[in-house]
Amino acid sequence: MRLKPIKWSLYHLFTAVGAALMLYPVIWLVMSSFKQSETIFITAESLIPSPWIWSNYLDGWQGVGGYTFTTFIKNSLVIVILSTIGAVLSSALVAFGFARLKFAGKTFWFTIMMVTLMLPHDVVLVPQYILFAKLGWLNSIKPIVVPNYFGAPFFIFLLIQFIRTIPAELDEAATIDGCGKFRLFWRIILPLVAPAMATAAIFSFYWRWEDLLGPVLYLNKPSMYTVSMALKMFLDSDTLSNWGAMFAMSTVSLIPVIAVFFAFQKFIVEGISTSGLKG
Amino acid sequence: MKIAWKNHLTGYIFIGPFVLGFLIFTLVPMFASLYLSFTNYDLFSPPKWVGLDNYVKMFTGDPKYWKSLKVTFLYVVGGVPLRLLFALLIAVLLNTASRAIGFYRTMFYLPSIIGGSVAVSIMWRNLFGDEGVVNLLLQALGLDAVRWFGNPLAALWMLIFLSVWQFGSSMLIFLAGLKNIPGSYYEAASVDGANAFSRFFRITLPMLSPVILFNAIMQTIGAFMTFVPAYIISKGEGGPLDGTLLYSLYLFRQGFVFSNMGYASAMAWVMLIIIAVLTAILFKTSKFWVHYESKGDS
Repeated sequence: MRLKPIKWSLYHLFTAVGAALMLYPVIWLVMSSFKQSETIFITAESLIPSPWIWSNYLDGWQGVGGYTFTTFIKNSLVIVILSTIGAVLSSALVAFGFARLKFAGKTFWFTIMMVTLMLPHDVVLVPQYILFAKLGWLNSIKPIVVPNYFGAPFFIFLLIQFIRTIPAELDEAATIDGCGKFRLFWRIILPLVAPAMATAAIFSFYWRWEDLLGPVLYLNKPSMYTVSMALKMFLDSDTLSNWGAMFAMSTVSLIPVIAVFFAFQKFIVEGISTSGLKG
Repeated sequence: MKIAWKNHLTGYIFIGPFVLGFLIFTLVPMFASLYLSFTNYDLFSPPKWVGLDNYVKMFTGDPKYWKSLKVTFLYVVGGVPLRLLFALLIAVLLNTASRAIGFYRTMFYLPSIIGGSVAVSIMWRNLFGDEGVVNLLLQALGLDAVRWFGNPLAALWMLIFLSVWQFGSSMLIFLAGLKNIPGSYYEAASVDGANAFSRFFRITLPMLSPVILFNAIMQTIGAFMTFVPAYIISKGEGGPLDGTLLYSLYLFRQGFVFSNMGYASAMAWVMLIIIAVLTAILFKTSKFWVHYESKGDS
């Protein structure tokens, strides 16, 4: 639809003001991280810090419980990377099976997978905790990482949708040339679904980076804490008066998320539009 | 058609990870959870069978349970429609041929991508402080400041505002749906003299109704399981006066703070039933308002 000039200006004015309102809280958070702790709430209405306090970042980085944010970021990254590799690869394997192979019970398992997609996680929270406790996995990253290696329904669904757009003639040609199913998957399909795997990887990154419940349940030593848990510790400590440091580390925790968002927008938007992934 | 057993085997090797994972991490835990819901279990001594006691206590002897159920319903009923409404309005607004759309879409979506993080909950907590930005704004408008943390209903609204602020993923799904409506429908309607309002109500809404149903179901399930914001904003306790004691938070507290694993399991099963019923109601009523285009060949 093309708009007339006056309508066009009004449209942009209205939309831009809306967008600015949406972003205001985030900008407020970032700006507060440069303010003096004592003045953050006195000057809450003004966005520009005066003076600019950079030491909030140094103070905040000292962390909590004797560990710095270097440790927390490292812990988060280990969990995110191991989980993402597992979730994306295993989901691709399963998706190929559902999208391209014929076998007994396929419809049954596909239905199960779609139901699992809608199953509230709270239902299995307690027994999974007991299971991991019995396995002696408490206080390790295993309960958070290992389940990812068994395929994630959201990603399986996303990848099935994508594999279906690849012409089946390709499979037939490869099979005639004597290519087995595993070679077909690994050498031909996998490279072609790379864009969808990138989408899955980005969402896996978000969910694991922001995850709080997993670490709260399974990680009890400050040396193992993730960034999310460290922030929570900041908030909980009773002696807290260093708001600036807390806002500074909150900002730090958002930097990777926002950076990935701007770098991979296209994948994110397509992933949500086609599969309805929650963001 | 007969398929060689080897092909079946190959199929199961590929979907094997999911099948195994489903059995180990979902099916067995679900049965375990059902069994535990009839026991008292604190993780250290063996589960003690108590029959329906947990369920009876839940509904007749635990005012906090009713409070958390009520708070959660208010949160879902207050938050989900508002969130969908904003998502739809912004999607319609952004469904024009302007080069700035990508930029706007990014700005409106960004809050949702950072939405689940602890940082955002901490930020929200501070925006709504007694001397926070929201109260300054209210006072600038000549209204009274609200003690967001002193009043259970205000605290719940604070959580609802946070969820409404994060309408981005629904908006993107709506946008994709809007792009699928053929432009010729609107042109024909314009020729017939339909104004923007009747075009919206006669074409956009009916054509979009399957997407609205999908978003409504996913958002309802998601809202019912909200945990992190309530946990962070109330420092894990669900206050003030249990005003932000969302169902998931209370379940977490019963299971992992008070070590009532049996009670928490019973809560989980009631939650599953409630979500199943809500989803079924949405599906059932959908035949009155969801419009499916009859597609000839697909």
